[in-house]
Amino acid sequence: MTPQKLWRKPLDAEKIGLPKAEIHVITDLCKGCDFCIEFCPKKVLEKSNKLNKRGAYPPKVVDEDNCALCSFCTAICPEFAVFTIEKERREGSESGEKQ
Amino acid sequence: MNNKDLMLQHPLAKYLRQERMPHIWCEGCGNGILLNSFLEALDELQLDLDNIVVISGIGCIGRAAGYVNVDSFHTTHGRAIPFATGVKLANPQLKVVVISGDGDLFAIGGNHFIHAARRNVDIKVICANNFNYGMTGGQYGPTTPLEAWTTTTPYGNIEHPFNLVHLAAASGAVYAARWTTLQVRRLKASIKKALQKEGFSLIEVISPCPEIYDRYNKLGTAVEVMKWFKLVSEVHKAYDPAKAVITKNRIIIGEFVDIEKPSYGRLLREMTAQVKEDLEGENTK
Repeated sequence: MTPQKLWRKPLDAEKIGLPKAEIHVITDLCKGCDFCIEFCPKKVLEKSNKLNKRGAYPPKVVDEDNCALCSFCTAICPEFAVFTIEKERREGSESGEKQ
Repeated sequence: MNNKDLMLQHPLAKYLRQERMPHIWCEGCGNGILLNSFLEALDELQLDLDNIVVISGIGCIGRAAGYVNVDSFHTTHGRAIPFATGVKLANPQLKVVVISGDGDLFAIGGNHFIHAARRNVDIKVICANNFNYGMTGGQYGPTTPLEAWTTTTPYGNIEHPFNLVHLAAASGAVYAARWTTLQVRRLKASIKKALQKEGFSLIEVISPCPEIYDRYNKLGTAVEVMKWFKLVSEVHKAYDPAKAVITKNRIIIGEFVDIEKPSYGRLLREMTAQVKEDLEGENTK
């Protein structure tokens, strides 16, 4: 017997678009403490292998679409080097499109 | 990352003095997280920045006064609270926040702390507790746990540490809370609550000190210390502050005291007005 999918789709799932995040890393401010990489619940960030100005390896965005926009990286960054912006995902709106 | 990122600014950038950034704190230091939470709390409350004063004492966290883009003052060792008391009494409209360290507030500033809490002066104290004097090379302080290795306790610390929230509660603070730097959301909520409350508030923030204390005591990197916080911290509400221990296996965090009491400034103003009225009444008779 195959396991059944028990979850259902929310009734307003089609009306409400999921928030789309835009993650910005100000690489030259990073000191490489790795808090944002370690404590991201969706594991969106990863350590890059490119040194920045300060001799640290800043995080790089691996999977921006997976970001749940919890902004925990923004809150836990001691260097004010990561922040997230919400971009609306609505069909037909040009402002929401990624360039 | 690219040119687009250079044009965009961090949402909290307007609260920081950009010419002083990046700050001097080590990688993985909790002071940056504390400052981040404080600025987020300011941002969410949308307070008038002209009515906020940040005062700090010495030490690494003392630099916070120089980094925030509000009126601020960096006082001498231990004298952050008396300076803040003066500021608050001279201009009661201001919201006075003391951001300082455990060594500054509780060693040389210990008496100022207990008496400000007893009088219930309306100032908010945010204490970064990293268990030692980090800036001067890691000497032991009033919050260093028993048996911890510091440069001045090379055979292990034999002094019992202060329990800061218990001290604040016993001295008469109206709000006392303790968080680690991992609980950023709760810390922010706590700072917001304290800023809206009248009376003496203490928020203790247990902070990693990866280059000095954690390295000497072999606690690992900053991420490992944060994971340790995650593992051992227990959130309680209205827990008995006397039993709120900080040990290797247990860190009790949460809000310990949340009461209402008239503040010193308000009682002083009421009494001054009353005495003035009485004297004027006597003169007209």
